[in-house]
Amino acid sequence: MTKAGSGVRGPGSGNDMRPAGATGSARKRVAVVIFPGSNCDRDALAAVELVGGDAVPVWHQSADLGGCGAVILPGGFSYGDYLRAGAMAAHSPVMGAVRRHANAGGAVLGICNGFQMLLEIGLLPGAMLMNRTLRFICRDVHLRVERDDVPLLNHLRRGQVLTLPIAHKEGNWFAPAEVVRVVEAEGAVALRYCDERGEVGSAANPNGAINAVAGLVNRDGNVLGMMPHPERRVGALIGGLDGVELIRSLVEAA
Amino acid sequence: MSWDAPATLDLAREHGLSEDEYGRIVTELGRVPNLTELGIFAALWSEHCSYKSSRAYFKRFPTAGPRVVQGPGENAGVVDLGRGWVCVFKMESHNHPSFIEPYQGAATGVGGILRDVFTMGARPVMLLDSLRFGDLDAPRMRHLVDGVVRGIGDYGNCVGVPTVGGEVDVHPGYNGNILVNAMCVGVARADRIFYGRASGPGNRVVYLGSKTGRDGIHGATMASDVFDEAAAAKRPTVQVGDPFTEKLLIECCLELMESGVVVGIQDMGAAGLTSSAFEMASRAGCGLALDLSLVPARERGMTPYELMLSESQERMLLVATPDNVGAVLAICRRWGLDAVEIGSVVAEPEVVATFAGRPAFRLPVAPLVDDAPRYERPATPPVPAAAVTLPPLHDRDLAADLRALLASPVFASARPIWEQYDHSVGASTVVGPGGDAALQLVPGTRIGLAATTDGNAVACSLDPFHGAAHGVAEAVRNLACVGAEPVGVTDCLNFGSPENPAVMGQFVAAVDGLAEACRAFEVPVVSGNVSFYNETSGSAIPPTPTVGMVGVVPELRQRPRTRWQVGDTVYLLGPVEGELGGSRYLQVALGLEAGPVPPVEYEAQRHTAAAVRDLVRLGLAAAKDLSDGGLAVAAVEMSGGTVGCRLTLPAGVSPVRTLFGEWSGAFLLATPAAFEPALERACEGLALTRLGVAGGAKMTVVVGRKHVVEEPIADLAALREGSLAWLSEA
Repeated sequence: MTKAGSGVRGPGSGNDMRPAGATGSARKRVAVVIFPGSNCDRDALAAVELVGGDAVPVWHQSADLGGCGAVILPGGFSYGDYLRAGAMAAHSPVMGAVRRHANAGGAVLGICNGFQMLLEIGLLPGAMLMNRTLRFICRDVHLRVERDDVPLLNHLRRGQVLTLPIAHKEGNWFAPAEVVRVVEAEGAVALRYCDERGEVGSAANPNGAINAVAGLVNRDGNVLGMMPHPERRVGALIGGLDGVELIRSLVEAA
Repeated sequence: MSWDAPATLDLAREHGLSEDEYGRIVTELGRVPNLTELGIFAALWSEHCSYKSSRAYFKRFPTAGPRVVQGPGENAGVVDLGRGWVCVFKMESHNHPSFIEPYQGAATGVGGILRDVFTMGARPVMLLDSLRFGDLDAPRMRHLVDGVVRGIGDYGNCVGVPTVGGEVDVHPGYNGNILVNAMCVGVARADRIFYGRASGPGNRVVYLGSKTGRDGIHGATMASDVFDEAAAAKRPTVQVGDPFTEKLLIECCLELMESGVVVGIQDMGAAGLTSSAFEMASRAGCGLALDLSLVPARERGMTPYELMLSESQERMLLVATPDNVGAVLAICRRWGLDAVEIGSVVAEPEVVATFAGRPAFRLPVAPLVDDAPRYERPATPPVPAAAVTLPPLHDRDLAADLRALLASPVFASARPIWEQYDHSVGASTVVGPGGDAALQLVPGTRIGLAATTDGNAVACSLDPFHGAAHGVAEAVRNLACVGAEPVGVTDCLNFGSPENPAVMGQFVAAVDGLAEACRAFEVPVVSGNVSFYNETSGSAIPPTPTVGMVGVVPELRQRPRTRWQVGDTVYLLGPVEGELGGSRYLQVALGLEAGPVPPVEYEAQRHTAAAVRDLVRLGLAAAKDLSDGGLAVAAVEMSGGTVGCRLTLPAGVSPVRTLFGEWSGAFLLATPAAFEPALERACEGLALTRLGVAGGAKMTVVVGRKHVVEEPIADLAALREGSLAWLSEA
């Protein structure tokens, strides 16, 4: 397997800067679903290409994922988020394909609005409430990596602290107490909001999420949902490389 | 009254037209207009659409330059960035609607400026907002601030264009009229620019986007009038925005243009279908034949008058060859947008419309657009503020003064505002809000695209000419701090009623000041907007010319630092002392809006800005320009609230003028000790003063042997966080 990502050279790299080792058929195909109102789709497509993947835009009305081995549900305001964040997208044609792909063990990464969709279709537990401040929040947050034993977090280390931006109004993860207990018991929390030293606490929790949950992984480890945006941190000029290993893990899992 | 009834002089007056103007309409047409025609004239001849009081002065601006691809007159200006890329930008006001209904007013302001940019084939990549509010304790003011911030955020966040910069100021002069100026910058390949031209007789006219409703009728005329106590009654004239539809429009229109199936395209902004139809016809020297029955309407029973004058948002008008109409409609359908063929281009320069099978109106294009009334209104030149005798300043407690400045709403950290804006979507933000200028990568390249908005209304009310010129100089300096050279200006000129000779005098002086400064810095003005009638019950806002400036870094290699680090050597580049006339120090610490605003030292400022640009591009220094609050406030900003400093003022200077003086055009520079020789070499021939070092937990300023300031830096920085903290709460 090509060790993709070794040639990452920062932001704004077009196709011309693709790592030399990741060419032609060796490249893993990753679908990025475009819903009406998606606005992080282009960033996700670029990030996948940057780490050597073959990024494939897939339209929301598509009945399949174009033979891709992994899929990203990108951030944005799918269908305007008019009913509830991610609620309408959950009923779009492509979601049948996403669900089948996930149930067959295929890799799925839901970012921000994409995470909200994964909650809506029940691939991950719980729901998103409005942020504690009832306001949209865009800022850099620190995240403690809680799992590194699943393919989607393959290139991260448990206890590592990442810095990634959040940008959402509904990221306050909530679940009934018994669900939270199961989530914690099963180790479903993949990422937690923390301070720069990795300590979890109210001051380091931007939105009020229960147990500072920023990202969840399913039992089989093939579905990851997260509120922060790894696709926005793939270059030194644009604030750092902390998103690269997440995207790289996904591409390799394809 | 029926839409086709003959319109009388009384009706014309109700529409804001004068008796003379009504007479001109009758003469032009050779008959009395019907009500729909009168409404069209009133909208296009409104101050908002026709610039009838201001247009005569635009020729004073420099508008040409080697990089200018498209100057004023189109939906937005276009400037060459090199390597086949151009940027497209404009700033526009949405003051009146935002005061009446802040959330929708501000949101639709963002929507409108986005459309002006993507209608030219450019993908919007950055938004900035220049905001002016009244006293935060004035009635409704916090409601207005909160509504404007939510409106800008909800719209920009949803469409996925990062809001990366701007500024906010508060002054009681805005208690009755807040200002919301929104700027958008887009990028495109140089050979893919589109224009709002309805050319080619026989081509089809397609309506695209939201259905037309009864909202926003008379928006343009409302924005061309002063407020009185009954402002709330004008709420129905404010449009309602739908950012989701806008997002679809962006993608759909960019795909339409990319596919080469569009001849010309324009958004329906102020005055809706009326302005897009007439302006597109005017630019092409053609006419249009429209069937208004085909316009998608939100409710039954809408009349031609309403269909032509509605300002419903998120609508576009485009022209395509007959062969391509099918392809156009298919792309629109794919994006889930309404698109309907509503007419065709005709050779005769007139717009002819039918409704339900009978004539609705027939109007020649030229009198409505190019030959609209122009006024050179009486203008009384302002008398610049003269020097005043200041109270003794030598024994002031400078630390207390600094604290007073930082705690004032004038210096409030805007973080509680911009944290509500998505400023990293697009994954191209290099320097976001909170810096001197915003800096983005043009997607897929290493070209740095920078933008800033600047303006100082206190200075402009003391001296509109020099105050406006300093706005341009500050913008140049802000761009230099991120390593960018200025390539173009858009301006938003916010003033009271042009029918008041004193206001008109301020306007003319400000235009001249902007023009002089743009010439001196060799930055062309490529687009802009004028907002008059910002007054309530006879009280006008301070003259507020807002400068939006775009800059470029041809090859971005370093992420500019905006703060200093422990151990950095701190220098002042430029004159050591500033002037107190018109300064924030007088305004806040002494409660005085007084004193002369000195002229801009163009020659010196050009050289220092060029040196700073080079230093930043090479990564040799972090830079911060001295503006509001002078050196003392700049130092607190560069500290990031964490790294203090010890600065020693040169012997013999005035500590007050050195710490708080303004207008000098100086920069604070911070560089690692190892780079000192390189920095000093780069600044050879310029006034460079070594002030001290960064480090420690305190900000210490030494004069002689005395510590005139010695304050924990975290405390100083925290003072700025108080005034707007309520904005980050539930």
